[in-house]
Amino acid sequence: YINIYSGHTNNWAVLVCTSRFWFNYRHVANTLSVYRSVKRLGIPDSHIVLMLADDMACNHRNPKPATVFSHKNMELNVYGDDVEVDYRGYEVTVENFLRILTGRLPPSTPRSKRLLSDDRSNILIYLTGHGGNGFLKFQDSEEISNVELADAFEQMWQKRRYNELLFIIDTCQGASMYERFYSPNLMALASSQVGEDSLSHQPDLAIGVHLMDRYTFYLLEFLEDIHPASKTNMNDLFKVCPKSQCVSTPGHRTDLFLRDPGSVLITDFFGSVRKVELTMETINLTDPIEQLESGELQKEMHTYADQLPVSEIIHQKPKQKDWHPPDGFILGLWTLILLVFFQTYGVKHLKHIF
Amino acid sequence: MKIRRAQQFVKYSDQPVMLKLKRGQLAALSIAAVVIIVGVPLWWRTTETYRAWLPVSQIKELAKLQLHLSADVEVVFARGTVTPEQQKKVPLTQTQNMEHRVDEDTALSYRYETRYRTATIMEEDALNQPTAAEADLSLHTLSESPSGSLVVYVIPESSSLLPQNVDVYIGQRRTALLRIGSQMRVGKTLEQLLAHMEPRIKQVLHVMSFSHTDITAALSNRVRISPGNKESIADSMRAFKSSPGYEITFSLLNPDPKSHRLHWDIEGAVETYIQPLLTKLSPVANFSIDSQTLYYAMLGVNPRFDSSRSTYTLNADSLAHVINPVEARLGSNAASSNPVLNFLLYIPDAHHSPLYIHDHKKQQVPTNAFHSPRWGGIMIIRQCWVYNVNEFYEVDTVFPVDINIDMAKVMGVFLAQLRLLLGVQSSTPPPGFLVAPCGNAGLADWELDRLMWSRSVENIATATTTITSLAQLLDQIGNIVINDNIAQQVSSAVTSLQLAVSELEAGNLGFALQYSKEAILSSERAFFDPSLLHLLYFPDDQKFAIYIPLFLPMCVPILLSLLKIVSEARQKHREKKPKKD
Repeated sequence: YINIYSGHTNNWAVLVCTSRFWFNYRHVANTLSVYRSVKRLGIPDSHIVLMLADDMACNHRNPKPATVFSHKNMELNVYGDDVEVDYRGYEVTVENFLRILTGRLPPSTPRSKRLLSDDRSNILIYLTGHGGNGFLKFQDSEEISNVELADAFEQMWQKRRYNELLFIIDTCQGASMYERFYSPNLMALASSQVGEDSLSHQPDLAIGVHLMDRYTFYLLEFLEDIHPASKTNMNDLFKVCPKSQCVSTPGHRTDLFLRDPGSVLITDFFGSVRKVELTMETINLTDPIEQLESGELQKEMHTYADQLPVSEIIHQKPKQKDWHPPDGFILGLWTLILLVFFQTYGVKHLKHIF
Repeated sequence: MKIRRAQQFVKYSDQPVMLKLKRGQLAALSIAAVVIIVGVPLWWRTTETYRAWLPVSQIKELAKLQLHLSADVEVVFARGTVTPEQQKKVPLTQTQNMEHRVDEDTALSYRYETRYRTATIMEEDALNQPTAAEADLSLHTLSESPSGSLVVYVIPESSSLLPQNVDVYIGQRRTALLRIGSQMRVGKTLEQLLAHMEPRIKQVLHVMSFSHTDITAALSNRVRISPGNKESIADSMRAFKSSPGYEITFSLLNPDPKSHRLHWDIEGAVETYIQPLLTKLSPVANFSIDSQTLYYAMLGVNPRFDSSRSTYTLNADSLAHVINPVEARLGSNAASSNPVLNFLLYIPDAHHSPLYIHDHKKQQVPTNAFHSPRWGGIMIIRQCWVYNVNEFYEVDTVFPVDINIDMAKVMGVFLAQLRLLLGVQSSTPPPGFLVAPCGNAGLADWELDRLMWSRSVENIATATTTITSLAQLLDQIGNIVINDNIAQQVSSAVTSLQLAVSELEAGNLGFALQYSKEAILSSERAFFDPSLLHLLYFPDDQKFAIYIPLFLPMCVPILLSLLKIVSEARQKHREKKPKKD
């Protein structure tokens, strides 16, 4: 059968920037531009998991603090004032990323840091950073391989944690990351093929770094034309950034996807168009409301815990440092000196000491 | 002194050669022995991952899911429906079995046990009531049917309980009234009577008890079912999936606090109207309710002015864009991961009052409300449900105006939406059926039974899929550590599943649902345990790269010396041979 209806009731987005340090400014700008488009098209913050190192806006080298620009001449500030970063700094690790996807988070994780999708959720996953053939580098210290990613998606499918999943990756040799997928209903786009590098777009001379990657720059331009009611489909998305503009060859993979890409709307993944039904029935309720006595309601009085007892801080005396015996280095040094002394002058001198 | 001391130490180079060789051989052999006997097992044990025992065979058995559902039906003949001749053969019990194979791993079998008997005198009195609703009430006071069973009272054609074109009346509890034709048309023997009644009874069972479409829809987690048409897709998408708990949030949206001061008695309304339904649904799930008021929350869509009716209107097409701007401000309980049902009540601002929703045919929607599948419902207040209406259009009104909301009407709509979203609603009944309104609890007993059937099946299907895929995953990836608590959760999930399946077969609906909920909780806890994260993917070349620098420098001298020993022994053996000969 050919199913042209998407069958999803809610949308989620997982946007990950896997780099840190000032010279990787463009990766943060990439992720924030996708975040901005996705929010503009309707996905609320509660359904977006944003993972950034978040060290750009308040970096010492940023000439315009609290901003992250995506176009040169500082035209568009994608940082804005309502960015909600769920995983920042050193929390952006391979482990956390896989935990989010598979749902294996510790029970203390708050709701905003979880991917609470169900079998009717369409999920958009966007990764950007430095990558290679079959791996993606996370924060300069670890890597995620394409096999691990494919296994994570398979576990999501086993637990029916998605209806359809769109995977976009903007790194060097990005197409290698989707080679190993084997779960159904996955569509993947990458900015470059195996053996090719994804290139950055344009530097801004005032800020001093490259602001965006080419693929995401043209992707953002494409998304700016999309509004919540538009009917543009995935075939147009595949044409974004041809080789003449991108220098690398973008690739895509649709063989695991059940629907025809021409019938998949952009807003199925990037936006959040709800299905609504008119309520035709009502229930006739005739009982009058019971008047509850105010004594029955137990009102809990909440008070703030005294976290910073200011009076104690002001009148604190400096703490006495406890005496510690000399540590190993000093002991070793003295032992060495004594040994050398007795070796040189003979043991018989011991009686002069003791 | 010095000489004696010197004699004790013989230089190693002066010792005889044979002794040297033998010592060398012994050294090599003992090192090899230590490496093989002590080293290799030690390395194996220390690099092993701890994997507790899992009941793999029982899990494989559960993978082939065979569900047996059984329902008890009692058919009671009132006076005038059976001839004395037929009455002699009653009481009678019949059993019907139906098997369905859904796919290669899942099979369903339905069993209906029907008991036929005649009515008692008290039941006859109850059936003499003027209306069907009162008859239903008095029948209920006589006896209470257990969960999952049905009673059908057969009344003669001459009875005036049902209106003219209605043959079947479905009550609020677990009873139905069926009117059959006159004895002339029906037939003389009991078999003919039963054969005549069978299609009707089948329809009643289809409506009030489990039906094949509902049960296969509940299995959708396990079986890839191709959806039939747009309606069935919409039906399967609307209700929330089975979950141990839900959160319900009632929000009052006031975009214009300068003009309106709203008063709604939400606590009383929830206690009176919503809580009875949730208490009745407590075997199915836990519910937590909260409410909030949001100020300056706009709808996000501009309503159009309809000059013919001098009201503002919202088109059905623009309703889809209403939800997103509001959702960002709704908030939810950060501590729980339960699905949230949002019910919003919107009071239009003074410049856009009154505001009505129009459907595709430009007709006003009577409830003025709409709902979104798996999300919740939004209602726009109607002028007639609000007191202090007349002061709106006067010039010298003092703003803000006090508005008291009629919670009974509001909660009536929210309750209907809640029923839809929880999956209580059934499909349209066949022609000739009259279904009683669900009453103040908001839920008929047979509707609760239907929900319990589908929830039990859904829970069992989901839990078996979870456990099977977890066992498969742990089998495939040898590096994952399986702690004792995970093994215990898996074992308890397996036990609960087996109990749930057997209780379902026995027809004990309440116990089946309870065991299935326990199975779901254990299996989810086991599957989503944070320790089960397989982070280490080692391709083979990386394994070689780690072990070769460690083991190769150690193994090469041992191997070479062993080879040397073997070659020397063989040489000696060859030298000895000619001597023997």
